[in-house]
Amino acid sequence: MRHPGEPRRIGYLYVLPAFVVYAAFLLWPLLHGAYLSLFRWDGLTVGTWAGLGNYRQAISDPQLRGSFWHAVVLLFFYAILPCCIAFVLVSAMSRSRPRGMTFFRTVLFLPQVVAMVAVAVAWQWIYSDHGPINGTLRFAGLGGLTRGWLGDFTWALPSVGLIGTWVEIGLAMVLFLAGVQKIPRELYEAARVDGAGAVREFFAVTLPGLRRELAIALTLTTVAALRNFDLIYLTTGGGPGNATKVPAYEVYNRTFNTGEVGLACAIGITIAIIVFVVTAVINRVVEGRP
Amino acid sequence: MTSRTERLTTYAVLGLFAVIAVFPLLAVAEQAIGLSHPTFGAFTEAWRRGHFARYLTNSLIVVTVVVVVASVLSILAGYALGTMEFRGATTLFYVFLAGLMVPTEAIVIPLYFDLRSVGLDNTLPGLMLPQIAQSVSFGVFWMRAYFRSAPRSLVEASRIDGASSWTTLRRVLVPVGRPAILTMIVLIAMWTWNEFLLALVIINANEDRRTAPLGLSVFQGQHQTEYPLLMAGALIVATPVVLVYVFLQRHFIAGMLSGAIKE
Repeated sequence: MRHPGEPRRIGYLYVLPAFVVYAAFLLWPLLHGAYLSLFRWDGLTVGTWAGLGNYRQAISDPQLRGSFWHAVVLLFFYAILPCCIAFVLVSAMSRSRPRGMTFFRTVLFLPQVVAMVAVAVAWQWIYSDHGPINGTLRFAGLGGLTRGWLGDFTWALPSVGLIGTWVEIGLAMVLFLAGVQKIPRELYEAARVDGAGAVREFFAVTLPGLRRELAIALTLTTVAALRNFDLIYLTTGGGPGNATKVPAYEVYNRTFNTGEVGLACAIGITIAIIVFVVTAVINRVVEGRP
Repeated sequence: MTSRTERLTTYAVLGLFAVIAVFPLLAVAEQAIGLSHPTFGAFTEAWRRGHFARYLTNSLIVVTVVVVVASVLSILAGYALGTMEFRGATTLFYVFLAGLMVPTEAIVIPLYFDLRSVGLDNTLPGLMLPQIAQSVSFGVFWMRAYFRSAPRSLVEASRIDGASSWTTLRRVLVPVGRPAILTMIVLIAMWTWNEFLLALVIINANEDRRTAPLGLSVFQGQHQTEYPLLMAGALIVATPVVLVYVFLQRHFIAGMLSGAIKE
């Protein structure tokens, strides 16, 4: 519908400034990156055409394939685990409606707003030789289990993953809390009349009622898992060995450490494509089943 | 309705996770200040050796410029896309929206080479412009939603009074939309303040242009084991956002929920 007396053309004038900045500093780099991803280029000399060679390498190179596999492992810690924990918290809250919900919500969401650099500093200390985890183990007489968690080949990846869990719980919980408030109380009352306990009530009422919020939470946390450059760079630098290398880290590493700019761009574009597909698939699943 | 035991269990579970959420942050404060012998020595030391005065100033400049420019651009574009009809408006909106799904990792390397070729690497504008572009993607999405939901009658009343589209925006819609605009500002400010990858890649050589998070990461590299110093630095970097969050948590959470795609 057109507003009376509104010259349509003026709309372009309002959009133009935003579009210029957006096109120059987001769209153009994206296209430029896609273009660079088709070359073998070290960033200095003249590049050579590689076609989809960089993408083939991203899939076939064992080290890079390993990094994608690590991202899949992190998906569990960033997306699935926080959503499960958030479900426990929210179903507990929705059943007994405790006082101080705002307080708990505020506190649990806090890790989302703290700069990743500060998070990394805090957790490096927690995982360090003399940090609280090893301290507790020693205190409990389990000194044999102590280790430098972030420097351990087996434990580094799950240790980083748990930092992600810590960060994402609050996000999932806040989303679910918003959703739970929209579930009609009668559904809960009906479930109780039918004699449902906490567990059955959760699967019969809460979980179906939160489908949309679950989809959003999974999208956001999955995307966070796929692009966790900061945390890896700041805590482990991909190590020990290649134990915590992830694609987002390889974008940086291949550009500045090994001089494989074309390959780095291909990895970056691959991350973008995966993010796009994940978002689309999760949304499709949500919309698809009424 | 629920039993006492269940109620207590609920508090226990919530309390446990609340402790888990704040423990690392409190531990940072404890390490920096030292509860047994409270002292702020680590802060002054970190402040001096970490050059945080300079880095915080840089961060403040970057955040201010990005927030002001991105907000103005987003309000203008969101206004047009939300209230006016013109050819290609929907397509334009989807183009902006797609930006929400583009991870920094996908654009940072080409940006680095582009900015270097025009001499904007290692400068604050070189760091601000990409962040404005990313923020605009969210801002346009956010402001369009507000302008679409703003009561038509407001716009029409001001139109009947003979106001131009510009006056309608400035005198009617912006004042009414203050909560929506504040939420957008809060989120853009947080994302800009916390941005790490762009700062790391673009400010790679000029120490004087480092932002606070980047400064802390370099400081971390130099003081791996001096935990009180490091923790003081971490507090210096994290506290401004945490303070804003505590006061405006409603806006943070509402924004994260409705703007749900970004990050």
